[in-house]
Amino acid sequence: MDLAFSPADEAFRAEVREWLHAHVPRAPLPSLETEEGFAAHRAWEAELAADRWSVVNWPSRYGGRDSGLLRWLLFEEEYWAADAPGRVGQNGIQLLAPTLLDHGTEEQRARILPPMACGEVIWAQAWSEPEAGSDLASLRARAVRTDGGWLLTGQKTWSSRAAFADRAFGLFRSDPDAARPHQGLTYLMFSLRAPGVTVRPIARLDGKPAFAELFLDEVFVPDEDVIGEPGRGWRIAMATAGNERGLMLRSPGRFLASARRLEELWRRLGRPASARDRVADALIGARAYQLFTYAAASRLLDGEEAGPESSLNKVFWSELDLALHETALDLLGPEGEMADTDWAERYVFALAGPLYAGTNEIQRDIIAERLLGLPKGRR
Amino acid sequence: MRFLLDAEQRAFAASLDALLTAADTPAVIRDWSRGDHASGRALWSRVADTGVFALAVPEAYEGLGPRPVELAVAFVELGRHAVPGPLVETVTAAVLLTGADPGTAERLLPGLASGEPMATVATKGAHALDGDAAALRISWEPGRIRLSPGHGPVRPSLDPARRLTPLLPGGDLLAIPADQALTWARLATAAQALGVGLALLGRTVGYVGQRTQFGVPVGSFQAVKHRLADARIALEFARPLLFGAALTMEPADVAAAKVAACEAAYGTARTALQLHGAIGYTAEYDLSLWLTKARALRTTWGDPGECRALVVSAAGDRRW
Repeated sequence: MDLAFSPADEAFRAEVREWLHAHVPRAPLPSLETEEGFAAHRAWEAELAADRWSVVNWPSRYGGRDSGLLRWLLFEEEYWAADAPGRVGQNGIQLLAPTLLDHGTEEQRARILPPMACGEVIWAQAWSEPEAGSDLASLRARAVRTDGGWLLTGQKTWSSRAAFADRAFGLFRSDPDAARPHQGLTYLMFSLRAPGVTVRPIARLDGKPAFAELFLDEVFVPDEDVIGEPGRGWRIAMATAGNERGLMLRSPGRFLASARRLEELWRRLGRPASARDRVADALIGARAYQLFTYAAASRLLDGEEAGPESSLNKVFWSELDLALHETALDLLGPEGEMADTDWAERYVFALAGPLYAGTNEIQRDIIAERLLGLPKGRR
Repeated sequence: MRFLLDAEQRAFAASLDALLTAADTPAVIRDWSRGDHASGRALWSRVADTGVFALAVPEAYEGLGPRPVELAVAFVELGRHAVPGPLVETVTAAVLLTGADPGTAERLLPGLASGEPMATVATKGAHALDGDAAALRISWEPGRIRLSPGHGPVRPSLDPARRLTPLLPGGDLLAIPADQALTWARLATAAQALGVGLALLGRTVGYVGQRTQFGVPVGSFQAVKHRLADARIALEFARPLLFGAALTMEPADVAAAKVAACEAAYGTARTALQLHGAIGYTAEYDLSLWLTKARALRTTWGDPGECRALVVSAAGDRRW
C-alpha cells in the first residue's frame, strides 16, 4: 500500500504543470454554453492537442501519449489545479472514445479519434428521449435498414453540447420485435448537420443552451458508423455509462480544485465560523474521492473491471459538487445571487449532477441490488 | 502508487476476523458491561498474541512498529466485532511513552507491546476508559504525562461496554509525551468506527432481506434500499481516507479520516436502528452493542467539530 508516485510519474506531473503554467488563458474563457464560448473552448482544445495534452491516455497514433491511467489522473489533478478551461470535447473524449477503443473497428478509430482529439469534431450525446430517461431501454427512436446503412427517425432530448456540436452518438431501436426492451438496440454515430436533422437548443436554468432536442427524420447513417454489431448496442452503451458515472468523466482533480477554491473564498471572507464545517467537509469529500479513485485505479491496473462500483462514484461526486457550490453561494451572500460569475456558472452545472448519467435514485437502486444484494422490487 | 492493501495485510485482517467471529464477542461485551472482565481479558490476550499492540511500539522496545497501516487494518476488525476494552488507549499509551526517557520506555513499552498490562489514558479533566480494568493509567497533561495512582468511581457511558472512570490526581511524572500520540489515537478510533459501521450495515442488510411486511421483504422497498445505499457510500469513501491517513500520519489527514469514519458509522447506526424498528431499540438484541459504540466513538479523541477545524486550519499539515 503506497501513495507515492514514481520519479518518472512525478517528472510527467512537472512537465504538465509547466506546460499549463505557460498556456492556460489568464482570463477565463466565456461560458462554453454560448456560441462565442464554444468557439473559444474549441480553440483551446486545438491548443492542447498541438502539444498532445488533449488526450494523454490515448494511444499515440490517435494523438495521445500512451500515458496510462495513473498519469491521466496526475494530468487531471494538474489541469484542474491550474484552473484551466472546462473541456468542451469531453463527451467525445471520455464517453465515445473509450467505447470505440473497446468496441470500434480500426477504421473507425483512425477516422474518428484524431479529429476528436483536436476539437475539430465536437461530439454530443444522444441518449435520452422524452419518454426514456432513467429507463433508457424504453427508447423509441428507430433505426431502419436501408441500402448501405440505416435511416434514423425519432426524437432525442437533453443532448448535452448539441446546440453547437458537430456530431452525436446514441442508441436506436433497430428491432422493434425483440423479446426484451434491452435487445434490438443499435449504437450509432451521426452528423448533427446531416439532412433530416433538426437541432432545437434548450435553455437550462440560467438561460444558456447547454443541451438540445434533436428531431430526426430519415437521417441516413452509413454502415461504417455503427459501433459493434447491430442489435447489440445495449451492452456497449452500458460500458459508456460506466465511464460517465465513474472516474473517467469526473476525475478527482476537478473536485479537489473546487474544494481548494472554496477554502480560499472562505479565508478571503474572514473565515466565517458558520461555514467552517461545510468547507471542511468539501475538502474531506474531495480528498476521499481522490483516494477512492486511486484505489479504483490500482484495482483496474491489477486487471479488475470497474463494475457497479461506478454507481458509488456517481452519487458521491454529484452530491459533493453540489454541496460545495451551495456553500460557496451561501458564503457569497447577496453577491452569490449574481448569475454572471464563475461560481454561479459552476453552481448551475453542479445542480444537474444528481440528475444526469442516470439519476442518483437509480444509482442507489443499483448499489442496493448489485452491491448489497437486496431483493429487486418495484421502483 | 498502488493504493491497495497487500496480500499479507488482507490475510492479517482475515485471521483477526476469524478469531473474533469464533470468540462470540456479544457475550464478552455483555460481561464487560457488567464489570466482569474475565472473558474480556481472555479475548484481549488472544488479540494481543496477533501482535496488534506491538504495531504501535518501535522495534527497539520489542514492538513491530511503527506500522499504522496494519494498526488500521486491525482496528477495523476490532470495531467490526465491537471488542470491548481500552484498545485505543493502550495504543495511545504506547505512543505517548515512546517520547519518554529511555529508562521509562524500556520499563513499560515491551509490556504494552505484548498487550499486558492494559493501559488507559485520560487528558486533563476527562474520564479514562476502563480505568478499573487497566493496570497502567496515564494522565495526559499539556506537555507531560503522569502515572496515576488510581481511579475514581465508574460512570456508565451511553455505550454500556465503555466504562468511564476519573483518574486520581498526582502520581509519578513519567516523561514528555510523544506529540503524535493524539494522531494515533484518532487513527485507531477512526478505524474502529469504520469497522462498527461495516458491521451495522452488514447486519441490517441481512435483516431487511429476511423481515417481511406487506408480503415482501422489507429490503425490496426503495426507501429502505436508498438509506442502505447511502450508508454504503459513506463507509466506502471513509475507507480510503483512513488508509491514506495511515500512510501519511499527518494530523489533518487523520482528522479527516476520523470525521468521515465516525460520521459514516453514526449515520449507519441511525439507519440500522430505523430499519430494524423496535427490535433494534432493545438492549437484549445484539445490534445495540454496535449502535451505542458508534455514538461514543464519534466524540472520543476529538469530536467532529474539532477534527474539521484541524482540517481547515492553516497551521495544519494538510497537503491536499
